[in-house]
Amino acid sequence: MDATAIEIMKTAFPYGQFTEVLDTVVIDVPEDKLHGTLARLRNYPDLDFSLLLDVTAVDYLHYPGHTGDRFAVVYTLRNWKKNRLLQVKSRVADPVKGVVSATDLWPAANWAEREVFDQYGINFKRHPDLRRILNHWQFQGHPLRKDFDIENRQICLESDSLEGPIKERLAQNGVDESTIKDINTEVMFLNLGPSHPATHGAIRILTALDGETILANVNEIGYLHRGFEKTAEQRTYNQIVPLTDRLNYCSSMLNNIAYVKAVESWMGIEITERAQFMRVVLSEFYRIQDHLVCLAANLVDMGGLTNYWYLYNEKEASYDFISRLTGARLTSSFTRIGGMYRDFYEGWEVDMENQLKDIEKGISDCLALVLQNRIVHERTQNCCAFPGETALAYGFTGPCLRASGVPFDLRKDAPYYNYEAFDFNIPVGTNGDIYDRMMVRFEEMFESMKIIRQAMKMIPGGPVFIDNKRIALPSKNEVYGNIEALASHFKLIFDGIQVPKGEWYDSFEAANGELGFHFVSDGSGQPYKCKVRPPCFYKMGGFHEMVEGEMVADAILNLGSINIIGGELDR
Amino acid sequence: MALGLEAKLGDNVLTTKLDAVVNWGRQYSLWPFIFGTACCAIEFMSAAASQHDISRWGAEVVRFSPRQADLLLVCGTISYKQAPILKRIYEQMAEPKWVVAMGACASSGGIYDNYCTVQGIDKIIPVDAYISGCPPRPEAVLDALMKIQDQIKGESLLVDRHKDFKGMLD
Repeated sequence: MDATAIEIMKTAFPYGQFTEVLDTVVIDVPEDKLHGTLARLRNYPDLDFSLLLDVTAVDYLHYPGHTGDRFAVVYTLRNWKKNRLLQVKSRVADPVKGVVSATDLWPAANWAEREVFDQYGINFKRHPDLRRILNHWQFQGHPLRKDFDIENRQICLESDSLEGPIKERLAQNGVDESTIKDINTEVMFLNLGPSHPATHGAIRILTALDGETILANVNEIGYLHRGFEKTAEQRTYNQIVPLTDRLNYCSSMLNNIAYVKAVESWMGIEITERAQFMRVVLSEFYRIQDHLVCLAANLVDMGGLTNYWYLYNEKEASYDFISRLTGARLTSSFTRIGGMYRDFYEGWEVDMENQLKDIEKGISDCLALVLQNRIVHERTQNCCAFPGETALAYGFTGPCLRASGVPFDLRKDAPYYNYEAFDFNIPVGTNGDIYDRMMVRFEEMFESMKIIRQAMKMIPGGPVFIDNKRIALPSKNEVYGNIEALASHFKLIFDGIQVPKGEWYDSFEAANGELGFHFVSDGSGQPYKCKVRPPCFYKMGGFHEMVEGEMVADAILNLGSINIIGGELDR
Repeated sequence: MALGLEAKLGDNVLTTKLDAVVNWGRQYSLWPFIFGTACCAIEFMSAAASQHDISRWGAEVVRFSPRQADLLLVCGTISYKQAPILKRIYEQMAEPKWVVAMGACASSGGIYDNYCTVQGIDKIIPVDAYISGCPPRPEAVLDALMKIQDQIKGESLLVDRHKDFKGMLD
């Protein structure tokens, strides 16, 4: 972060302790000053941290050398215009009393704090709706606490009715009890999901309808909560790579790369040039895959099944390339800390170029049906529009934020892997409606292809793995040939790569937006804590604002257009 | 899986012939209900798309109403939060019905051995075929479909299946 910003903050928060970790500034503040600090950071025009990226907590129960309060909460903020990344951290003296909620500052904090409450049992005062979010309502205990047994399985006998939250939301929107009951204005409750073809996974959308217009909407997630973060605490760093495949399973490689990049940047590992270019090529290729599935499904929801074949068949064809490269179709697990699992195969350039040509054809075929299509226009334009300011306040990132006219993209604003060397544009929308979100995705695919073609020309030769015995596995010949290599192999497999003690946050522009990882390491081979900042989670948190006042059929299209992926949403 | 006729016919040659006709019909017109929760659902999309084309087995009429489906394809991880919904959907399906557990998660919990994941859907509902893989290839889905067809071939109107099944939510 620039020195002026730090100066401003040091004057504004004399009680804070400032540290710099990677490109993040961390301010430790006392518990009673937390809300005040956050409010100034949000509202002070010089600081202008308009984007709340994530809220999480750390349980220091078993952390070596830790004294004092057991819990701490961490708010990760970003000033997207000036590329300032900030974490505000505060100790929590008593989790039952908790800290003051930041929901009044950023609506994004609503769901984020609910998750912290659910996973760590930390209370947030003045939070409007502090309920469990990932775990079911009959669940006892808080899974990410260090004294919670990972095998403490708890059966859920029936789903939550959500009657309370929907009535509350109706009241907030000015629909009172007598209107609900009156025969002329009677409200109909319609439940969509969690097993519904249009929910693209397992999400429950409960709406209160007046005719077909949505008066109020509440959503429930967590149906695909698979305990990623708790499981990751029991694995070595490299063993987590396959788990990351299953976050956003439409673009598994992007998660693989984001994850290892986060660990590498903390360890100060500079991967080889060739590996960097490989990662760029593959990231962009997977970004296209992700957008293809999203648009294909979105157009099916609209009734345009032909587009599904045009777009999805290209994805299916891309699996040939992907499985030749990685050995798997969907779950690639292709990165390792320090490089790539292996190099491209001989002749990959030809395959890739053919693949890109086919994708271009598929997209043009689809666009020929969509671009001038009046039905598509009328169903999507000015529908579920979300202005840029609101989108930021809800923590939107990625294509959905850009569709609302905010040109924030980490590849431009905080470039990594030589992205500054590539010539590409960031497509932005104007209204933030469904049409913009779809078109931004279409355009991004063309931009990604541009990047791939440039990277293919520039990619240098050389190894794809760094030469460091503490990180890279020795070759099999050496393992079978000499004792040092055998011992090193054994240590790397059983103990894992030793990551220095500390806490850090690192982010990556995934297909859906900013995919961040917040790690706490105790110096061992397994992370003490590994929190994912999933882009989907925050988009779903703003869903009710987008659809209220719209038709129920538009809500379906809207859900498709924000591309919710259950694995990433619920982890 | 009775039709009501067997009470009059009993166990004789007519029932056997009727079995053959009915099973033939059932085999080639399975209507799947896709209980897609996670990654496996994407691979099911591939199985349904042009290249693998599930309609070659007569199972392309995907129904999202349990009342209209007779094959429950559970594609993906089932969490404890999801479990009561899965059970309810299974119960809403009319007999005869078959269940396929697609992928490691649905079959056994897969890599998720933790507090929130059901360790295999056979803890909740009876399962007729399991598909290994994480996720399985589309060919494996088609293979499971053929296994179900084989199983249907040998069934009889006189025998009710899974009447004594007791899952953890029962």
